[in-house]
Amino acid sequence: MVVDVVPKADILDPQGEAIVRALARLGFPGVREVRQGKHFELDVDESVDNETLHRIAAELLANPVIEDFTVHRL
Amino acid sequence: MRSCRIGVITFPGTLDDVDAARAVHYAGAQPVRLWHADDDLRGVDAVVVPGGFSYGDYLRPGAIAARQPIMRAVSDAAARGTPVLGICNGFQILCEAGLLPGALVRNTGLHFLCRDQRLRVESAATAWTAHYRPGTEIVVPLKSIEGRYVASAAMLQMLEAENRVVFRYLGNPNGSLNDIAGIASADGRVVGVMPHPEHAIDPLTGPSSDGLDVFRSAVHAVLGAVRA
Repeated sequence: MVVDVVPKADILDPQGEAIVRALARLGFPGVREVRQGKHFELDVDESVDNETLHRIAAELLANPVIEDFTVHRL
Repeated sequence: MRSCRIGVITFPGTLDDVDAARAVHYAGAQPVRLWHADDDLRGVDAVVVPGGFSYGDYLRPGAIAARQPIMRAVSDAAARGTPVLGICNGFQILCEAGLLPGALVRNTGLHFLCRDQRLRVESAATAWTAHYRPGTEIVVPLKSIEGRYVASAAMLQMLEAENRVVFRYLGNPNGSLNDIAGIASADGRVVGVMPHPEHAIDPLTGPSSDGLDVFRSAVHAVLGAVRA
């Protein structure tokens, strides 16, 4: 299972902005925006259904005040 | 006369518990050391969640600490009106625990800031600031990299309307929305503040003694309630 977490669109991401500036210096001026997030790989047994996984993401892996998350099965 | 007992929680990675306990002592109360794995508060009258890097800031600052056994007891106590103060990482922990709204994220400038910071005390209507006159300017140390307060526009509006912005930066150092350095719960009993009043209780060891009234306010809130 994979959970990806990124800062919400309306939350300033200064790390992402620093990456955009660094890319421009490296000769990649075409990158308009970067949002830096986190990627979690979870090895789970059969008892962990999709609903449980969403709870895991919402209650610990992401802070819904500042972050959005997506869940998918590999 | 009954004395006031104020708990100071230590998590793995907490740094400022000793100074917080010292500030409690300076304010005339008895500090009571609490451990993150405890599940009760030993009958304390108020709680300080001090600063540091609990659990190494793993996942998000305060995220793991907020889910430890002691924080369930803190939440229960806060629901009964027990004064709770979160300083720096403690503020992050209270937000992660849902005791205060919003979140603290990376400073706009991406740098760790360590400086003596001017603040304005905006509200005396809390258990931790009743000894200040609203509008008073104070100087206390700030030392954080994830200190930028953010909340939804609706939440910011509510905090302002309800006079729950307790401390505001003078010269915003980290990009905090509305220059917010500290906020309170709706009942004024739970306060979170990013700079460190516990490091400013004695001119010998800090930039001022401006922070001491935070702890005196709590002692007064506790003992006043006992007398009433």
